[in-house]
Amino acid sequence: MKMAVTEPSPVTGRAATAPNAMREIIILGATSGIAMEVQRQLARQQCKLLLVARSPERLADLQTDLMAQGAQQVFIYSADLACVQQHTAIFEFTRTVLPDFDTVLLAYGSMHDQRESEASVDVLLEELQINFVSAAAILTLFAADLERRRTGCLAAITSVAGDRGRRSNYVYGSAKGALSLFLQGLRSRLHPAGVRVITIKPGPVRTAMTDHLPNSARFADPKEVARSIVRALERRSPDVLYTPRHWRYIMAAVRQIPETIFKRLSS
Amino acid sequence: MPINQTLSWGRYPKASHFRVHKPAWNDQLPDILEAAAPGSLLPYGLGRSYGDSCLNAGRELIDCRRLNRILGFDESTGMLRCECGVSLSDIIDLFLPRGWFLPVTPGTRFVTVGGAIANDVHGKNQHCAGTFGAHVFQIGLHRSNDGLVICNSEDNSDLLRATIGGLGLTGVIAWADIRLKRVAGPWIDAESIPFRSLNAFLDLSHESKDRFEYTVAWLDCFSGKKTRGIFFRGKHSAGHGRKFHPKRGPTLPFALPSWMLNPYSAKVFNACYYRIHSARKGAALIPYDYFFYPLDSIRQWNLLYGRQGFLQYQCVMPEANLEAFEELLERIARSGMGSFLGVLKQFGSAPPAGMLSFPRPGITIALDFAIRGERTFQLMQSLDEIVRESGGALYPAKDARMSSHLFEASFPHWRSFVPYIDPKISSSFWRRVTAGQ
Repeated sequence: MKMAVTEPSPVTGRAATAPNAMREIIILGATSGIAMEVQRQLARQQCKLLLVARSPERLADLQTDLMAQGAQQVFIYSADLACVQQHTAIFEFTRTVLPDFDTVLLAYGSMHDQRESEASVDVLLEELQINFVSAAAILTLFAADLERRRTGCLAAITSVAGDRGRRSNYVYGSAKGALSLFLQGLRSRLHPAGVRVITIKPGPVRTAMTDHLPNSARFADPKEVARSIVRALERRSPDVLYTPRHWRYIMAAVRQIPETIFKRLSS
Repeated sequence: MPINQTLSWGRYPKASHFRVHKPAWNDQLPDILEAAAPGSLLPYGLGRSYGDSCLNAGRELIDCRRLNRILGFDESTGMLRCECGVSLSDIIDLFLPRGWFLPVTPGTRFVTVGGAIANDVHGKNQHCAGTFGAHVFQIGLHRSNDGLVICNSEDNSDLLRATIGGLGLTGVIAWADIRLKRVAGPWIDAESIPFRSLNAFLDLSHESKDRFEYTVAWLDCFSGKKTRGIFFRGKHSAGHGRKFHPKRGPTLPFALPSWMLNPYSAKVFNACYYRIHSARKGAALIPYDYFFYPLDSIRQWNLLYGRQGFLQYQCVMPEANLEAFEELLERIARSGMGSFLGVLKQFGSAPPAGMLSFPRPGITIALDFAIRGERTFQLMQSLDEIVRESGGALYPAKDARMSSHLFEASFPHWRSFVPYIDPKISSSFWRRVTAGQ
């Protein structure tokens, strides 16, 4: 049977969402749990998307789904984002298919079992490579382009874990914390050019990355988190987005705990 | 050791699972199936089965809700290919605005496509459209022993027939091709007509079955022999009513204390429901969700029945045995244990789409019973006897307690289904109804 993905042809009911300023979006790490929800919501707003992730099969499934959900166009590019050598090719592809892209969302990351990176320097370096080194590298490429065009928005998903080093996940936390610092500087650099830089700090979210953690059933719903991210991408938003929002206050409090006490806390 | 309590819609039985797999991609399923011990897995969707057919106590579940992608849609034929965790609600949200609707829908939109196939669900149009399974043209099925098997009317047609209504036991559905139907819009031309006897209900049913695509009735389960109820019928309308925004109703935050639901409150509710709907009788143009999914407007309505949960009793009985059906209603009324929603429908004679499909010619009734200890189960058992003697059957998707004898009587050919069960898959329901056979 031939299965064609067709353009949506509105017949009845729900009116199409009004087009907004955000039209062409690049998602780095398109198969991550949060990214998939963000993409769906963007597709319903009829955006053009470019998805970058490793698996070509999974990308193809996502492409079909997002077209059915209403996306105007979906491009896919299969690459290993952790590998900095591949970044130039990703960037060149972007310039070919979406030369006027206005938003980049970096959504990939890795959360190993912390004990593995305590036992093996290789695992530790890999974790830092994925979560920080490669992220900083690829953001630098896209930042230069947006800065030159004096427009657009760069957003990256870091984590509340980056706000304070904790016994149970300081490796992941330090990489995400470093990325947050990197974004802070980048924001200041790009501000004169009118390019927005958004640091997204989710609390624990119910996705494949966190399934192995205890109490994962009580984590935030990725749909809700995605909604706040899409909102932040659309309009003027805080430079740093905590999502769900209460994490802003929790982390403000956690940062105040004196180190002499914090080091004794078991988590 | 992680223990996950996953409940079915009736919140009974309270089952704990050793592990819940949450694949986000179809390519993860072969590994999950391969690594599992024999009889240890069961695919799980939105958990809208009432009893234990979606549970696998002490073993493992595969939560399929992240497998929720649309894999293709052909605008010229309405053929939709989607993964098994896509919900009927997702399909409506996406395709109704483009003029397509589900070929068959149960009374809730919060079921997955996989669940709708596994239970071969039916709806208000069973008399003319058959069951959900009748509109499934092809599936891809992950099997632990022979990989991804494509099943359609030409290849592996027997496996397709086993999977439709097969309670998730034959494998994990990777994707399914379902033909949606064209509708003019989200509006339904609906009529409600009060009736005061079982014969009047049957007359209405006969009279409506050719003219109306959808028929169903609500029954006052306290009325006993003096049956009374409201007959609802409708069809898709080309008209436009007032603009409507599907609204999200309240959510029940916690299980209500069990004393709040008692014979008096239930009786008062039923009497009011009858009065209100008889006063409003006649034709009206109403939105589809109000017609098909009145209960979906209250999220987690199952918490209404208290912490102990509830049983839903759905049986079908041959029309020739009307006395037996009346006896059933009489017993329910006398017990005083029934509750709000007695649903009555006359099934048509469409051939079953699956080996273990429940719908068959006759009258079906579905009723909720809050669990109030042993006497609730005793009442069910006495109803079972009537159903069995009359040659009727009980619906596995609603069941948490039927005996293996009644299962055998309801599905006399179940043994021919057994060879199609995937060796790595089992369920609480299946172990219960086949124990000792």
